[in-house]
Amino acid sequence: MVDPVLSLAAESQTSQINDWLWTVKPDFVPGWAVPLTAVLLAVGIAIAIVSMVTMAGTWLERKVSGHIQCRYGPMRVGWHGWLQPIADGVKLLLKEDMVPTGADRPLFLLAPALVLASIFGAMVAFPLAPDFYFADVDLGIFMILAMTSTTTIGVVMAGWASNSKWSLYGAMREAAQVIAYEVPLGIALLVPVMVAGEFNLIEVSNGQAGGMGVFRWYIWPWMNPFMLPAFVLFFVAILAETKRAPFDLPEAESELVAGFMTEYSGIRWSFFFMEEYAAMFLYCVVGSFFFFGGFESPLTSLARLTDVHVLVQVAAAVTIVTKGFAGLFLMMWLRWTLPRVRIDQVMTMGYKYLTPIALACVLGGGAWEVAVSPHLPWVN
Amino acid sequence: MTSTETQAGSITRTEGGVLPTGEREFMLDVKTSDLEINMGPQHPATHGVMRILCRADGELCTGAQPHLGYLHRCAEKIGESVEWLQYLPYTDRYDYLAAMNNNLGYSMAVEKLMGIEIPRRALMIRTICAELNRIGSHLIAFGTYGLDIGAFTPFLYMFREREWMMALFEKICGARLTYSYIRIGGVFNDAPPGWLSEVERFCDTFDVKWQEYVDLLMVNHIFVKRTANVGVIPKDMAIDFGLTGPMLRGSGVDWDLRRDEPYELYDEICREGVFEIPLGSGERGTLGDCWDRVYVRVMEMREAIKIVRWCLDNIEPGPVIADIPKTLKIPPGEAYVGIENPRGELGHYVVSDGGKVATRVRVRAPSFVNLAVLEAIMPGTLLADAIAIIGSTDIVVGETDR
Repeated sequence: MVDPVLSLAAESQTSQINDWLWTVKPDFVPGWAVPLTAVLLAVGIAIAIVSMVTMAGTWLERKVSGHIQCRYGPMRVGWHGWLQPIADGVKLLLKEDMVPTGADRPLFLLAPALVLASIFGAMVAFPLAPDFYFADVDLGIFMILAMTSTTTIGVVMAGWASNSKWSLYGAMREAAQVIAYEVPLGIALLVPVMVAGEFNLIEVSNGQAGGMGVFRWYIWPWMNPFMLPAFVLFFVAILAETKRAPFDLPEAESELVAGFMTEYSGIRWSFFFMEEYAAMFLYCVVGSFFFFGGFESPLTSLARLTDVHVLVQVAAAVTIVTKGFAGLFLMMWLRWTLPRVRIDQVMTMGYKYLTPIALACVLGGGAWEVAVSPHLPWVN
Repeated sequence: MTSTETQAGSITRTEGGVLPTGEREFMLDVKTSDLEINMGPQHPATHGVMRILCRADGELCTGAQPHLGYLHRCAEKIGESVEWLQYLPYTDRYDYLAAMNNNLGYSMAVEKLMGIEIPRRALMIRTICAELNRIGSHLIAFGTYGLDIGAFTPFLYMFREREWMMALFEKICGARLTYSYIRIGGVFNDAPPGWLSEVERFCDTFDVKWQEYVDLLMVNHIFVKRTANVGVIPKDMAIDFGLTGPMLRGSGVDWDLRRDEPYELYDEICREGVFEIPLGSGERGTLGDCWDRVYVRVMEMREAIKIVRWCLDNIEPGPVIADIPKTLKIPPGEAYVGIENPRGELGHYVVSDGGKVATRVRVRAPSFVNLAVLEAIMPGTLLADAIAIIGSTDIVVGETDR
């Protein structure tokens, strides 16, 4: 039985859970409860994955920054502090949930939820392995870009509702910055989309199969020389999109105290934090799918040789998560090295340089796809 | 600027033909005014409890007014009620990043009244300590400036070297921040065995690290873009505001008390041409911009190392404190001594009526004087630039308020 809710994801984990639930359903349970339970379970699994990624991300950030700065980072809670995120989570949960006087209470409470919901929504389109996903969205990358854009609304809401001038500044900067960089981000992603001829992340990954799992990645100049500049544009744009240094203006500590998060504390504050790491990871994963082979790696190629289905899935999952964290590490490395740019420099760079260059990349990449690629034996 | 004027200003802006007719009429009813924001007293970039009242039009800072007094501890008044030597620890507390230099300034003022001769070894150790403390102070200035601009890591690197410098001071006097080591008549005690050779090791290490910091932050493209052409203080403005120290030299004015009004050993050091006085040159932007001021501090660290090396080469055994009684009775009179602190000219004006207690201890604090220029250079900059400018003045609030 196919429920309309699940028709979007016919082969997804959600529908698999649904099918399995039908087989174990006792008679007294009404039929409508089954798809509902399936969705709730799937959401639970999705949230667990996102939370784990976020926790690993915060731990990694501390360790990376620590080692860059000649210190160890957290060392006390668990081996090399690996339980630190849990300790922090417990601390943040137990903190008082404060709403400042004069704040717009409903908006203030809604904003972190909206921010987190949008990033969870975007995560739906992220396939963890070729056969393990919650929704096989044909326009996957559109879905991700659209959902992550809505975090801006949450941030602006938070900045406005806080009734603090610093928060308002942070929110306005976020709005200006994100809008300015979404344009080059989207355009830069068009280049690999053209090369792949697909919007679906799994299909994009499949397009890069072969070549020992490495040599057919889209990033290589022999696939399309316009991919490398497109990737640089993409990477700069995701730094700005995720408010990471050197584009951390919305929360610029030395200027705006904590930007749009100034008035937040406890678990609500941590929602913004989780969103940041989840978004970073998600964008890095998107980058890996469109430029660095997605599921394809020597590991996956080896696993395919064994012809064991589970092994291939695990290898693919390990590959994509590793690539995501490699991107995360790069972003952290930059954060702990570079100073912050100024708002006018951010705007100038976004509109005057990145967007035209991205457009040029699309033109060049498209022309290459039409004129050169069909004649290259290794591309087809 | 009153609010009516602001309003009128914004109406003129909208009437300039920017907005379509309907919207322009709508805007006539909208009251607009600049945003007044309180930067501080609790703000990560004000380097202590200082408050800067900013008037901002969006990201544009249209006015700024520093408000002081949050760290006022009546240091000068205390000077009138404690004995001469007892006041020494209070000098540690005004510029707590350069306590050795403060000790030195006060001691020299009192010594001038007393007219005593300081043993040569004491002068050597004083110079070493003052210059090491200059390095420590500039490390903080440069590191926190990176922090203001958004680079977190260089700050911690600089703390690593500063930590060693503080450990050196801990070895010589037992304190890490408030030393009270340079006394009236000399220094409190001789350097412990091996201390001088450790200072030499510090100098060797620091030379390498210094280059690292320059490569990491000073010539970083983003850093240069953020600081060059920002907060320009022209030469004559710097002189008009009575700026001293790196703030003055950043604007290209060649004035350093160590050379121009030499005290203690600096006369001899200058004659031997041991060190140079770095000046801002507008190398990356305009003369007197934030980058120039930071550049002067960074170069001064290397020059300070040269002075320390010279002292290490020339130091000889001998007494480290002149023969002075425990309870000082200073002959009546008045004396002013200005010395080159890391932040500029630290002046001590002391008046004695011949008793055990000073009649007046007046401190000319460089941070306080340098701060005044903020109001003149901050309007018209972006909010992020305002932070860069505050950072480049390198104020220590303990000193502005005393």
